[in-house]
Amino acid sequence: MAEPLQTAAALRAALDAGRESAVGLVDAARARADAVDPALRALLHPRWDAAREEAAASDRRRAAGEVASKLDGIPIVVKDNIVQCDEPATCASRILEGYRSPFSATAIERLRAAGAPIVARSNMDEFAMGSSTENSAFGPTRNPWNPECVPGGSSGGSAAAVAADIVPLALGSDTGGSIRQPAAFCGVVGMKPTYGRVSRWGLVAFASSLDQIGPIARTAEDAAWLLDAISGHDPRDSTSLPEPPLETTNALGTDVAGLTIGVPQEVSSLGGLAAGVRDRVAEAVAVFEAAGARTCPVSLPHTRYGIAAYYLVCTAEASSNLARFDGVRYGHRTEGPEGGITAMYEYTRARGFGDEVKRRILLGTYALSAGYYEAYYRKAQQVRTLLRGDFERAFAQCDVIAMPSVPEAAFRIGEKSEDPLSMYLADVFTVSANLVGAPGISVPCGFDGRLPVGLQLVGPALADARVLRAAHAYQQMTDHHEQRPPL
Amino acid sequence: MTRSLEAILDHAADLETLDTSGVAPTVHVLPLPTPLRPDEALDTVAPEAAVANAPQAEGTAFLVPKVLDSEAEG
Amino acid sequence: MSQPAPPAYETEHEVVIGLEVHCHLRTRSKLFSSAAVSYGDAPNQHVTEVCLALPGALPVLNGRAVELAIRAGLALNCKVHPTSVFARKNYFYPDLPKGYQISQFEEPLCTEGFLDIDVAGGTRRIGITRIHMEEDAGKSIHDGAATTLVDLNRSGVPLVEIVSEPDLRSAEEVGVYLRTLRQILRYVGASDADMEKGQLRCDANVSLRRPGEDRLGTRREIKNLNSFRNAEAAVRTEIENQAERLGAGGRVVQATVGYEADAGRIFVMRTKENADDYRYFPDPDLIPLTVPESRIDEIRKALPELPGVRCRRFVETLGLKDEDARVLTASRELADWFEAAAAAHGSAQTVASWTRRDVLGALNDRDVEIDAVALAPAAFAALVKMTDEGRVTPRNARDLLGEILFEGGDPEALVRERGLEAVSDAGELEALVDAAIATNPRAVASYASGDKKSLNFLMGQVMKQTQGKADPGSVREILARKLGG
Repeated sequence: MAEPLQTAAALRAALDAGRESAVGLVDAARARADAVDPALRALLHPRWDAAREEAAASDRRRAAGEVASKLDGIPIVVKDNIVQCDEPATCASRILEGYRSPFSATAIERLRAAGAPIVARSNMDEFAMGSSTENSAFGPTRNPWNPECVPGGSSGGSAAAVAADIVPLALGSDTGGSIRQPAAFCGVVGMKPTYGRVSRWGLVAFASSLDQIGPIARTAEDAAWLLDAISGHDPRDSTSLPEPPLETTNALGTDVAGLTIGVPQEVSSLGGLAAGVRDRVAEAVAVFEAAGARTCPVSLPHTRYGIAAYYLVCTAEASSNLARFDGVRYGHRTEGPEGGITAMYEYTRARGFGDEVKRRILLGTYALSAGYYEAYYRKAQQVRTLLRGDFERAFAQCDVIAMPSVPEAAFRIGEKSEDPLSMYLADVFTVSANLVGAPGISVPCGFDGRLPVGLQLVGPALADARVLRAAHAYQQMTDHHEQRPPL
Repeated sequence: MTRSLEAILDHAADLETLDTSGVAPTVHVLPLPTPLRPDEALDTVAPEAAVANAPQAEGTAFLVPKVLDSEAEG
Repeated sequence: MSQPAPPAYETEHEVVIGLEVHCHLRTRSKLFSSAAVSYGDAPNQHVTEVCLALPGALPVLNGRAVELAIRAGLALNCKVHPTSVFARKNYFYPDLPKGYQISQFEEPLCTEGFLDIDVAGGTRRIGITRIHMEEDAGKSIHDGAATTLVDLNRSGVPLVEIVSEPDLRSAEEVGVYLRTLRQILRYVGASDADMEKGQLRCDANVSLRRPGEDRLGTRREIKNLNSFRNAEAAVRTEIENQAERLGAGGRVVQATVGYEADAGRIFVMRTKENADDYRYFPDPDLIPLTVPESRIDEIRKALPELPGVRCRRFVETLGLKDEDARVLTASRELADWFEAAAAAHGSAQTVASWTRRDVLGALNDRDVEIDAVALAPAAFAALVKMTDEGRVTPRNARDLLGEILFEGGDPEALVRERGLEAVSDAGELEALVDAAIATNPRAVASYASGDKKSLNFLMGQVMKQTQGKADPGSVREILARKLGG
């Protein structure tokens, strides 16, 4: 039986050296999943046989000297809101029971062109709405570090799959922190790229102006490979940046001597910051300083309005994006006893959507309604402009901003389910990057007790390479990312 | 549900205290030229595939419960 | 002394009508999806992920639709805005797959235009409030007792919505406005505007008020008028109904209504005190539409001459009568064809009367348009010229025209091949007339005793001898002389 999987870089070396085959890697992933996933529930809809065939094709390519890319033969898991042709896509919701997509997301097409076998889809909060993966219609995923705790959300399944060594790479999506927060909770690397960097064609929309697909991996280097492979302009997405695919892996180095790290003053004053998190992040910043980086205090004065702005914008856009789930053309349908189309809409959506989704649709509808649009949605959009100003001024003084990814480490399953507001408030460090379109990455920077803590690095829009470089350099100087959960 | 909604709206009321006069709302985070598509016809989903996921279909049309007169949208 | 009674609505009222016209733009593919624009197909033949609103699908704007919408805006004298924003109009309906329609709300493409219409007694200027772009919905087919079928072929087809100021004052004006609008949209190639295909639909807002009053009365909206005739009839009926009710001292209740053409009846669809809340917001999947002024100018310069201008030029420069000019500029294709023929011939008036009588007559008979004509304008001009010069008799020319109008052909060659050259040589004609007189003594006698119609009989004989090629005017003159009438 194969060893637990390692980084994508290590696996690629093994493949190139002939010590491993792609088929062997898929088999090992399956064996690992069989061993740990019944308890974790990170995976939905595994496709081992199909992945094995894709792996066999990869091995044939390698034998013929025609390796497709750095990712050729590396098994990967994708979040269940990124559609793949002829595969189910449920977004962890009952309303998409039985749905098979007739097309693939651009990110999936690029992965397939790169030769990475997709072994399974991963569990998530329903329609990406949540910070714990407890809102899945298929049951929660558990944190590999402590099965009583949440893995974070909404990309909890992807983060757990990588943390548990089922696969070295995964795709998630991030609207208000849904990649960075679970990466922090699970002790792995998770990045939300600049808005528009990765095509949203095929990503089931939650909040269109905030959503991005991004990589989850053990290392920043692996994440960089994955981001390079899926990034680049896509004419099918009108919000796609007119830029070619990234080549960030060329830019990775270890030197941080010229780097200035901004530390926002507002972080410590925001309530709820756990001491363990505060200390790990301070230690991480000190590591940079010891290696020659400068730090400087910066101010992001509008940070405290970020949560309100986020929850008004994302729910408003979601209330509109989710209107298509009406039981007419696909997915679940329940008719009302009185007959007629309106009853069908009501029963279908009442049955098909979970509570959190319903809550957000109600909020969003309200935020857009006549008489409230100005005070809520439009106001929130103005807050985004103010936040962009904050970040512009901060980046005039520093290269990247460092702060915690999350105010605390993973909480217990069920702990926050009765108090959605407290769940929302914990997004305070991640939402600003989405609201302003900036790239942000979470890297493991130690533990609070036995639970991982994440350091977040945020850069100006378009500075994805810079952020990855800083994260990679940090990982050359530390070994937090090499810790393994006791599974 | 109602309680949680009220709590969230109370928090959102925080924004009222913020002066945003003269601030343009962010419609898009990055200034981009309008992407335009050439006018070339290409149907990408066959009729049978279009209804393949439908809970109910008749031939290649979607079948739904009747729209009652009172529900008619102009 | 009592005040004079206020004027009765039935006899004295001012009618206030505003129209919202939805018009399909003449593109090959849909507004935000590449699916083909096509009519009359089986359900869901032309769809993409975007039209079906599949999870993960995204809209991308059709550049040609933008160009055609701008043409329409410029042709209707609007301000075309360099920046406009697409907004989502949110509501649930089975033929609206996304649960919202992508339209334009606070920042439309065009505002503040006008359309001049010809009415009895002159021209009236009808204001155009705005023109915006939006996508059409699919079709709900209410066939079963308990079920509805949904076809998304039409879902996503590009539309412009043209909203007029409430400047129209009668059902007749509604008809003229719609016909003029259609003509202009066809002239600039923005739309084929064929109401039968559903490419042009109209909603009418109708209210009445006392003459001289500033405030608008309560209005009712007549939806989905799908022919010019129905639009006029519906508006007329609605005016009558409102006048009757107000005249009897009642109130008009705001409502959305429809028109049943067969019964000639207005029926209520719904009464709403409050407007639907569509929760408009800028579509975050789309970038605001920016069109540089230079591009708007480019489109403006490339616009063809508009019908009103061309009609005036036909009168002032080509010397046509008003009525002829109007008929011949009804469509751009016809005006182009006519003008080319007139240029080849040299006399616009002559070509005009031939065109009206023979070409348009033939088109009407077959119920087709000028695009069915295969005969080149220059060839038509040549045939007319040959007739002017007496080289072919008018009768033979028109027969020949009937043959080649829809098939095409070279009149000069055909006349030669078939020996249709007119007989006009005086000596030859004299001889033929003498022969006819000689062989028809009874007709001659008849004529001499007062039956003038016998001359026609004798003419007929001469024409028969010449297979219709004798110039009838000359023959008649010679006969009359020889018979001494």
